[in-house]
Amino acid sequence: MRLTCPHCGSRGLEEFSYRGDATVQRPALEAPEEDWVAYVYLRDNPCGAHRELWYHGAGCRAWLVVERDTLTHVVHNVRAVCREETP
Amino acid sequence: MSGERYSVFSLLRETLRGHSGWKPAWRKAVPQKTYDIVIVGGGGHGLATAYYLARRYGLTRIAVVEKGWIGGGNVGRNTTIVRSNYLLSGNIPFYEQSMKLWEGLEQDLNYNAMVSQRGVLNLLHNDAQRNAAIRRGNAMRLNGVDAELLDREAVRARLPFLDFGNARFPIQGGLLQRRGGTVRHDAVAWGYARAADRLGVDIIENCEVTGIRVHDGRVLGLETTRGFVGARKVGLACAGNSSRVAAMAGLRLPIESHVLQAFVSEGLKPFIDCVVTFGAGHFYVSQSDKGGLVFGGDIDGYNSYAQRGNLPVVEDVLESGIALMPRIGRVRLLRQWGGIMDMSMDGSPIIDRTSVAGLYLNAGWCYGGFKATPASGLCFAHLLARDEPHEVARAYRLDRFGMGAVIDEKGMGAQPNLH
Amino acid sequence: MSGLRVAGRGRKARRTFRHGAGNGLETGRQIRFTFDGKSYLGHPGDTLASALLANGVRLLGRSFKYHRPRGLLSAGPEEPNALVELRQGAAREPNTRATIAEIFDGLVASSQNRWPGLALDVLGINGFFSPVFTAGFYYKTFMWPASFWEKVYEPLIRRAAGLGRAADAADPDRYEKITAFCDVLVVGAGPAGLSAALAAAESGVQVILCEQDALPGGRLRGERTLIDGRPGWMWAQDAHRRLAGMTNVRIMTRSCVFARYDGGTYGVLERVFDHLPAPREGQPRQRMWRVVAEHCVVATGGIERPIVFPNNDRPGIMLAASVRTYLHRFGVIPGHRAVVYTNNSDGLRTVADLHHAGVRVVAIVEAGTSTAAQDLARQTGAVLFSGATIANTFGRLGVTAAVIRDAHGREHRVGCDLIAVSGGWSPDIALTTHQGARPVYRDDLAAFVPAQGAGGSDLHVVGVAAGVMTDRGAFESGLRAGYLTSGADGSGKMRLPDVNDAAYDITPVWQGPGTGNLPRAGKAFVDFQNDVTARDIRLAAQEGFQSVEHLKRYTTLCMATDQGKTANVNALAMLADITGRSVSETGTTLIRPPVQPVALGALAGAHRGRHFRPFRLPPTHRWAEEQGAVFAENGLWLRAQWYPRPGETHWLETVNREVETVRNRVGFCDVSTLGKIDLQGPDVRVFLDRLYVNGWQKLPVGRARYGLMLREDGFVFDDGTTARLGENHYVMTTTTAKAASVMQHLEFCHQCLWPELDVQFISVTDEWAQIAVAGPNSRDVMRQIVDPDFDLSNAAFGFMAAADVTVCGGLRARLFRLSFSGELAYEIAVPARYGDALARRLMQAGAPYGIAPYGTEALGVMRIEKGHPAGAELNGQTTAHDLGMGRLLSGRKDFIGRRMADRAALRDPARPTLVGLKPLRVDAPLVCGAHLLPKGAAATAASDQGWIASSAWSPTVGSWIGLGFLQNGPARLGDVVAVHNPLAGTVTEAVVVSPVFVDPQGERLHG
Repeated sequence: MRLTCPHCGSRGLEEFSYRGDATVQRPALEAPEEDWVAYVYLRDNPCGAHRELWYHGAGCRAWLVVERDTLTHVVHNVRAVCREETP
Repeated sequence: MSGERYSVFSLLRETLRGHSGWKPAWRKAVPQKTYDIVIVGGGGHGLATAYYLARRYGLTRIAVVEKGWIGGGNVGRNTTIVRSNYLLSGNIPFYEQSMKLWEGLEQDLNYNAMVSQRGVLNLLHNDAQRNAAIRRGNAMRLNGVDAELLDREAVRARLPFLDFGNARFPIQGGLLQRRGGTVRHDAVAWGYARAADRLGVDIIENCEVTGIRVHDGRVLGLETTRGFVGARKVGLACAGNSSRVAAMAGLRLPIESHVLQAFVSEGLKPFIDCVVTFGAGHFYVSQSDKGGLVFGGDIDGYNSYAQRGNLPVVEDVLESGIALMPRIGRVRLLRQWGGIMDMSMDGSPIIDRTSVAGLYLNAGWCYGGFKATPASGLCFAHLLARDEPHEVARAYRLDRFGMGAVIDEKGMGAQPNLH
Repeated sequence: MSGLRVAGRGRKARRTFRHGAGNGLETGRQIRFTFDGKSYLGHPGDTLASALLANGVRLLGRSFKYHRPRGLLSAGPEEPNALVELRQGAAREPNTRATIAEIFDGLVASSQNRWPGLALDVLGINGFFSPVFTAGFYYKTFMWPASFWEKVYEPLIRRAAGLGRAADAADPDRYEKITAFCDVLVVGAGPAGLSAALAAAESGVQVILCEQDALPGGRLRGERTLIDGRPGWMWAQDAHRRLAGMTNVRIMTRSCVFARYDGGTYGVLERVFDHLPAPREGQPRQRMWRVVAEHCVVATGGIERPIVFPNNDRPGIMLAASVRTYLHRFGVIPGHRAVVYTNNSDGLRTVADLHHAGVRVVAIVEAGTSTAAQDLARQTGAVLFSGATIANTFGRLGVTAAVIRDAHGREHRVGCDLIAVSGGWSPDIALTTHQGARPVYRDDLAAFVPAQGAGGSDLHVVGVAAGVMTDRGAFESGLRAGYLTSGADGSGKMRLPDVNDAAYDITPVWQGPGTGNLPRAGKAFVDFQNDVTARDIRLAAQEGFQSVEHLKRYTTLCMATDQGKTANVNALAMLADITGRSVSETGTTLIRPPVQPVALGALAGAHRGRHFRPFRLPPTHRWAEEQGAVFAENGLWLRAQWYPRPGETHWLETVNREVETVRNRVGFCDVSTLGKIDLQGPDVRVFLDRLYVNGWQKLPVGRARYGLMLREDGFVFDDGTTARLGENHYVMTTTTAKAASVMQHLEFCHQCLWPELDVQFISVTDEWAQIAVAGPNSRDVMRQIVDPDFDLSNAAFGFMAAADVTVCGGLRARLFRLSFSGELAYEIAVPARYGDALARRLMQAGAPYGIAPYGTEALGVMRIEKGHPAGAELNGQTTAHDLGMGRLLSGRKDFIGRRMADRAALRDPARPTLVGLKPLRVDAPLVCGAHLLPKGAAATAASDQGWIASSAWSPTVGSWIGLGFLQNGPARLGDVVAVHNPLAGTVTEAVVVSPVFVDPQGERLHG
């Protein structure tokens, strides 16, 4: 698998580390506990399109939002998380 | 109900008549309108659950629905290792229960799954690992589980071909569980299927669940590709796909699906007599009764439902393998494959009720599901039959994540790919 | 030339098997090699298989289960039978296919899985028991008594297990890995692959052409096909030469593309020096390539199938196209009296070619009825049996006769020493299925072909691999793919060579008579190596193993070293027959990588032995070596454990001396391995506040503070100190183990959670050498190091002070008043390249004060004496409360882990909490990993209340001491607990004490 880092270009999987679902949002400090539990522990874990966070640790150190299919491993889009529009 | 008892006598009798009398190991059941309990997932855990429901809890109207062929999930694609060498009190009694069931499995099922207690040896390469192993070994012993600490020379005596001369991370010793070992994985599924079938369980293959019918917070049955199947209780035992199936009932789980690769070499004259795990990298190996080296390493580390992995992990596994056993450099890799793991948020499984009445969950087995098969089946059957957790599976509750009562053997936190 | 005894008739005849020059052979030179201790001659270009065949050796191996005598089935990598141990000793390669092993001078090969020898093999007796040893018989027996499995049955089974033997010693050869990029990867240098490579290369794109064989040409090497009026192999050689002359083409022979991974990544195994006695000096034996390609043209050709009939496995029964390969490429006649059995038009070529080579074809057996066969029978004088099958064969160690059943059911016994069999061609589609694409069955070809668009738009399957069975079609599809992948419109330029275009047709015959239950003429093999017979398949289906996967797993079909390359389709079709389904309905299994077995050493490359993982060496490493330090692995780091002095006889003596030196005089220790992160920007303070549990708002410039980090789930992540060097400039330290993950965590927090914070940070772990100087004399020593204008007095530079300073006459440095040992101590950081010099200067400057270096062991003793948590306590399972640091958790701000740490389960006082432990007898060791139980309680898990995490002999206290976790620990100071170590069979007693053993008031470090 390869990811096209917006800063570094197409690079092999071994340069990156994975975090997981990019759609979960850290709740406010005072949010209800179930929101926190959901943020820390619960995941949609879809079979198919998945928005996820990767870290280019062996490259530019950017955190990336990757749109990837979890069934086919086809990568549809990669962008730096800093450029991400907050929903 | 299919066939006669297996024994050396029946085998000889059938030999004389050209094996024409063997019956199917399990019937190709068609779905009935309704069952008391339907298990989703005809893998090791689902089949074992059905078997124990019928055998130990006396229930009869039971079906197992399987989207493909039984035993096609992780029970058919693992590295066959069984062990109960855990650290935490939530885990040890459960896995030890499993080990005890393995020890009597063949007589219980009348099926030879080749449970081979050839020992599981975890290698230790530094003081910190040794200290952690002593803590774990002592926890095992206090739980009545066998464990032995070996020094470097004892390891060398047993496995002289490991790298004792030129290793980057020299072997200091090992923690050995003699009762651990390997089991012929496919046979576990077939053995449970055949035994359950003989007790009247319907095993329905090629029957994919497409929906879970819930009314007023209570489960009514399953929509499947072979029609609606009514059920008083539904047990999900479809690790790898737990999130997908649970989502049909509106549940969100503390689980990610990840791919774990496994490997087998060409067949060799046996020289490894136990399961060995490398402590300085991700690598574990045993040698099958056919002679192939069966080995694996770490998960690929990204969410996946594809039963295949990528090259970096292949390389990582073999780097560790050769570092451990330099003599296998010219041995060849025959086949690699991948399985989908339910990676839970603390690395430990879930056997519990859900927020939907009548819907029960058996999930989150990470890469430890195979060794758990008998106890998982027993404990899930207990929960389904009695509506309360089996005593050795009390810790495996679904709400432990929210409460913070996690069972985190590796101490990696809520990051599934690090467990 | 040597000869052989033609078995079966008792009549001796010296016959030659080399009939002339093969197109792949250098007949001018001879090579000497041995097989099973006997010496033979061959030529450069020979495989072990062709050379043995040329010497009349037909018996090459024994099968796995029944130990049936076996010879060559094929001439390629699909070979199931002819597996040998190649080379000797540490270089022994088990299970090597004789059909792809090129011979070299001095080659030593041995047969395997036989005892005492090939011709007489004791375990051949298994064949006698074969009526019992059916598919899956072992699942039905060996169950009683239970203990007998490990003691009796399994050892017997394991004695018979396996084929070849792994080498006895470490692999002597080197391997390497390399990554290459290209626009088009072409797999296979047959007519289709060469055409594709030419078309792509001429368009100017970067091309890599991989051919697993030593020579280009593919099937052209084994045929008499004329291309543009010349032998086809010559065309291939010309095409190869043209490609070799182009700068945008890399040609790799002896290079198998063994797997396709995600993102256009391919694994390629190049056998660099396997064809020579040893690799050239400094060169690898094999090289694994990771090829990243925009497009891949799969031109892997096909694999011929055998036909399943009773006793179809005797030496001398060979695939028809392989017979042609031996004839044309190697100039070898595989037999002198041949029967050709085919169900397709291609197999008939063998009749003509054998005849052309002077071999007598005694009979043609065809499944259907064709005029081509009638013509051939006329030309060759062979007897033609149309609509016929072979019903049995004879010959113990090699075939001597075939029983042909004609269309009317009459049987004819025909003497022969060669049966050439063709059951049709299966496209070699392995690479196209690695990504999970299921192939589709084509009835007209009786074979699986890749599904349309299988494996993605970057994969282009051409030639026979795509089910294009004609030579013309191979060229055409190859050229088309070549142009397509290069983005050029080649339709105008496409010039097809002039080639004869014979059509391919097939009359499938999946199993002849007598292959099922009755009549029992003999075993009809489907999977040769694993001895899976037609009867096994029938039995498996009868027992319900009717899914393809169940069949495979129950019978071990396709599980041998050849992965069922020749067996798969026959088996599926038979299963379809038995279950009354079509082959399409029956389905097929996916072919798993690798395409051909790959040496494990090649996948590991250079990462073995001492080079398994890189070493990280602290800046003072070389100096420490000079001091005679003893080193230990610490992650990738190699750190000095202790520094023995002459006369010291035990490591503990050394460590005690080092501890006493620090406690009484002064010592120093390289602590550069701690993670160091330099943070700058106006919002660093806020950032730290959110990273650490404790507050950072009030830390003044010039001060450092201890900080504790949690994970978001509330458990402890890491700890360290962070110093404020300037208004907006901080430097953070992490533990050695977590340096990289803390850095990643900071990046996550900044980029993903709080991008609005104006902070910049970078890891400077490798940029700074940091040395701890500790002990009552440390200030005196530092005065010799730090330039004199800096005031080191306690008032000016007290505990937890931090400053940019200059040392040794103007060298930029950082100074911290930090103490892990609990003594008056400093940590001094200089640019990494000065680390070595600083160590030497400290030794010099500190000599009058009694300085000595100390290692990680003494460091560990002193931190235990002070009750500082380290790796064993920060194991990812502990909370701040467990460590006695619950009070640090600020209630006034958000920080990572705050909400989850607040959950009752994480604050439960019943959780095991950090305590100190002292044995009742000071010299009774406290063992790390021992468990803590109430005194007198039974040694069971129910009484288990905690464990010892760290322990050491404390020369300061004069006792063993330990840090442990104990339920309700802080409330139990003074209690005596039982220390259980069942692994060692010991139970001792210890008293629960405060975890701070030395200087609990902290007077020394403030001094």
